[in-house]
Amino acid sequence: MAVDKFAIEASHIMMFARSIADDNQVYYDADYAATTEPGSIIAPPTFAQSSAQFDPDYFLRPKVGQAWFGSGKEPSGISRGEGSGGGGGGGGGLHAEQHFEYHRHLTPGDVLTATVKPGKTWEKESKRAGKLTFSETVTEYRDQNGELVITATGVGVRTERPVDSK
Amino acid sequence: MALNSSELSVGDTYSECLVEDLKRTQIVMYAGSSGDYNPLHTDEIYTTKVAGYPTVFAHGMLTMGMTGRMLTNYVGDGRLTKYGVRFTNQVWPGDTLNATATVEEVAGDKVKLKVETTNQDGLVVVSGYAEARVD
Repeated sequence: MAVDKFAIEASHIMMFARSIADDNQVYYDADYAATTEPGSIIAPPTFAQSSAQFDPDYFLRPKVGQAWFGSGKEPSGISRGEGSGGGGGGGGGLHAEQHFEYHRHLTPGDVLTATVKPGKTWEKESKRAGKLTFSETVTEYRDQNGELVITATGVGVRTERPVDSK
Repeated sequence: MALNSSELSVGDTYSECLVEDLKRTQIVMYAGSSGDYNPLHTDEIYTTKVAGYPTVFAHGMLTMGMTGRMLTNYVGDGRLTKYGVRFTNQVWPGDTLNATATVEEVAGDKVKLKVETTNQDGLVVVSGYAEARVD
């Protein structure tokens, strides 16, 4: 996801660490973190994914004044055929792979930009979900000095039908 | 605490239980922190009636995040240089997950690990690799 300004903040790191059930105090307590090898609070390895919060156009977040495909009065806020926002109506977009390369670890005070390049696309036939269409995106996170800090490669898959979990 | 290359051997393993009886609330917490509000993860009505799944399921990135906790507990804070996974099966509320890192190669100040997370039925839900700096 392309992001102009992803400010790394201690409270966001704390909430993210809680959400992955990680109580390592290097994510919570600056005084403790000062005694560790990194020397300060750092972000957990998958934290860069939460740059979605800072992408104004991120399609998996309800936005003021726009229809949302989740349930309210009806099972979906938009009718079929309007597009499911990639959310899976009848079997849609799922996350297939995620790869991170860390050039250094993130710390509060960093301000990142993220640029996205499309990668490969390919197809595969699957017994559990029909035709699978994979597409790769490569996101480069750079810090306030323009240094590359994390390279993230994501692979999304669109399925022909919901995945059979049996 | 970081690992020491002289004390590592190919085939060494490190395992942790990531979660027992995964709660829907944990999935809601992940939606809130990550910003991925896809209703497939938190909205039972949408997920069952529109998307056609038996119930909501965890973000792959929640499982990758919890698996990352096992890795950082093993290799030490700030030591990971690479971490990648494939999401091979969905993770559902109620699941109990165990993650294992296996040493595949030790070269200089780098260790290469195979990473695997399985559910209570032994089904692999996340399969991948990591690399870390060691002393």
